[in-house]
Amino acid sequence: MSDTHNKEVDQISGVETTGHEWDGLKELNNPLPKWWLYIFYATVVWAVIYWVLYPSWPLVSSYTKGVLGANQRQEATAAYDKGVADRAQFADKIVAASLEAITQDQDLLQYALANGQAAFGDNCAPCHGSGGTGAEGYPNLQDDTWIWGGKLDDIHTTLLYGIRSDNDDGRFGDMPAFGADELLTREEINQVSNFVASRAGVETDADVDLAAGQVLYEDNCAACHGDNLEGIQEVGAPSLMSANYLYGNSLDDIKAQVAAPRNGVMPGWVERLDPATIKSLTVYVHSFGGGQ
Amino acid sequence: MVVPSLAPCMDSNNWGAEMAQKKTGLVSLEEGGFAIFLVLLAFVCIIIAGKTFDQVMAFHAGLGALFAAVSVFMIFKNYFDDGGEPIPAEINGKPNYNIGPIKFGAVAAMFWGVAGFLVGLIIALQLAWPALNFDLPWTNFGRLRPLHTSAVIFAFGGNVLLATSMYVVQRTCRVRMPGKILPWFVILGYNAFIVIAGTGYLLGATQSKEYAEPEWYADLWLTVVWVLYLLLFLGTLWKRKEPHIYVANWFYLAFIVTIALLHVTNNLTIPVSIYSTKSYIVWAGVQDAMVQWWYGHNAVGFFLTAGFLAIMYYFIPKRAERPVYSYRLSIVHFWALIFIYIWAGPHHLHYTALPQWASTLGATFSIILWMPSWGGMINGLMTLSGAWDKLRTDPVLRMMVVSVAFYGMSTFEGPLMSLRSVNSLSHYTDWTIGHVHSGALGWVGYISFGALYCLIPWLWNKKSLYSLKLVNWHFWLSTLGIVLYITAMWVSGIMQGLMWRAYDNLGFLEYSFVETVEAMHPFYIIRALGGALFVLGSLIMAYNLWMTVRHGEAEEADTTPAGSLAPAE
Repeated sequence: MSDTHNKEVDQISGVETTGHEWDGLKELNNPLPKWWLYIFYATVVWAVIYWVLYPSWPLVSSYTKGVLGANQRQEATAAYDKGVADRAQFADKIVAASLEAITQDQDLLQYALANGQAAFGDNCAPCHGSGGTGAEGYPNLQDDTWIWGGKLDDIHTTLLYGIRSDNDDGRFGDMPAFGADELLTREEINQVSNFVASRAGVETDADVDLAAGQVLYEDNCAACHGDNLEGIQEVGAPSLMSANYLYGNSLDDIKAQVAAPRNGVMPGWVERLDPATIKSLTVYVHSFGGGQ
Repeated sequence: MVVPSLAPCMDSNNWGAEMAQKKTGLVSLEEGGFAIFLVLLAFVCIIIAGKTFDQVMAFHAGLGALFAAVSVFMIFKNYFDDGGEPIPAEINGKPNYNIGPIKFGAVAAMFWGVAGFLVGLIIALQLAWPALNFDLPWTNFGRLRPLHTSAVIFAFGGNVLLATSMYVVQRTCRVRMPGKILPWFVILGYNAFIVIAGTGYLLGATQSKEYAEPEWYADLWLTVVWVLYLLLFLGTLWKRKEPHIYVANWFYLAFIVTIALLHVTNNLTIPVSIYSTKSYIVWAGVQDAMVQWWYGHNAVGFFLTAGFLAIMYYFIPKRAERPVYSYRLSIVHFWALIFIYIWAGPHHLHYTALPQWASTLGATFSIILWMPSWGGMINGLMTLSGAWDKLRTDPVLRMMVVSVAFYGMSTFEGPLMSLRSVNSLSHYTDWTIGHVHSGALGWVGYISFGALYCLIPWLWNKKSLYSLKLVNWHFWLSTLGIVLYITAMWVSGIMQGLMWRAYDNLGFLEYSFVETVEAMHPFYIIRALGGALFVLGSLIMAYNLWMTVRHGEAEEADTTPAGSLAPAE
């Protein structure tokens, strides 16, 4: 191979080669495909038009603004403002009306349920489930078992400030750790758990002194959970009368909760959602069927 | 006539043994230089490993000391084995090509490829069934995902690029690449980087920049290796015996130079201390985002496009035994691609804090980029004219042609998705994942497979592959896998985008995020199935290549078919 180009004609295509050769590889001297070139030019023309119309090229301390005066920041804020304004006609009424009044007014109720559903999906569903059916440790909102109350105002307060949250107005009530803090012995925990199980219809251990368990209950638990296990919503002590427990319904679950209770947390939403949305969520959750 | 033996510098072979009996010369400057550098490196690593409070750093520094020490040992062992005689650049007037490092790169590519595809399958399954995260930190999706992307892009793709570039540049320049230690340092050093990066991800060391996750010390090491790679490549071009530089080498050179620039700029970090894996990037806020996607998009452009176009420009004409379709087109689309690609990064940041002008500029250059990208496709496909019948009989060529077709498809889809109106639907959805994988599995994967199927018999002097039938199985299984993968992601991504933007008549979002996740579940299963087929295909390939090396029929000594070791006449 020398510097002189050995141009030859490719037998199959009838096109001349460039005369270069590397490791047996040659190149045909075909021109640029016309369609390829014209589309290339067209995209350049399109781009230039686009540059004229829209903000595109940086300058020293500014940029070319484009003849259409498009501004994505202004468009975004304008669209946001319009959305807020559109909703305001309802949202303002929702804020002004009482919770009961919202449920009475068909238009407000419809709006509140739509707002509540959207807000629930993005804020509440991760713990309480898409349909509000809950999971172990996360209360079911569909049934009529309420720890802190199922009335509109109760739900509203819970939503606003949360449970064991970092909000000072939040609901607060800790169950003592009877086992972990050695308030009761292992045998006493066994007895009191069996007593609760016997009242809730859960299978108990054989040969357990239920009477002793009842005494332990009255001394340690009744102050919060009530003399008849009916629970006291003001302190967030759930009813123990039927086995519909937050942390499981077996005897072992009961023992575990007495020994080292889990005290779940719900965040307060007052600083994260607007008042109309929180009220809408209240009405929405209340509408699940369990509302009182 | 004796064919020059395949004489990688660390293989013992006949002429090497003869030379060992001659008087031992002095250590060359190259050997001495590398040895001193590696000894110093080993000492630094030992000091760091001893003083660090950071477990990951201790492990990596220990690994570095071990690698460096073994390398010094190999340099001197090799020196005493071959008597310090320089390896002849030519034997009997024919170039004595250096193929040892290429063999290593080809095997490493296959190994990392299978590993990377497998991790991809695992994370696809994790997305469908999150329980497969096993609640362990090192099997968590967050750590395995960069392991997958780095393994397939940098470990598999990188080794394919290194191996093919060393092969192509030597053969098209008709000269042995310079250096005795240098080529081995490049290929082994690069793979050492892969090991450091990969184990770092699993142990939780990351600088959290997509496709640039390795921490500062791994970046620094890669910079050293990469600059030497550039010198090796330039040195070969400099020594060339051909008057002109073949088009594949332009693309390789553009790839090497630009990756150096991108890598250094995007990884400018300040380590907390030299004893710590943690570092802080010098860029901040929207500038950091812009630098990141300037890097990210051009990693696609110059690593996954320019580099693999170079492979295409050598292996397709070679395998088809046809001339490249148009020299003129190759020049024009090369320069257009190089000049335009570098502008397109901002289209990854539409509707963010990035100024609108940057966003517009990125999108318009992405549109202009359409035809320059397609120039490569045209040249690849049209090179087949006069040889289309070979697609029926040669599954390797078919794989490479389908690869070019996938290249054409993704380089049309890319500009489309760069438009702000399309991007507002596609961004952050699985559509992007589908787009990336049509390019990654289809284009990069297939052209690499084709190149390895060609290269392995050439490197090991075998007449042909062990089994073309198995190549056929590989082709059809993985094609089915790719089709399942990308169609599943298109459907799931567009559905996801539409669900995100669906409003009810009162202006509230119709769907919560978790509902979109639930809707995508079936498509995640289909995607994992597609991935499984692709992995299966790659295992068949690995077996086929292994059998080719072990049991393939040896090439006769004096014949000089396409791709054999004889120089171009």
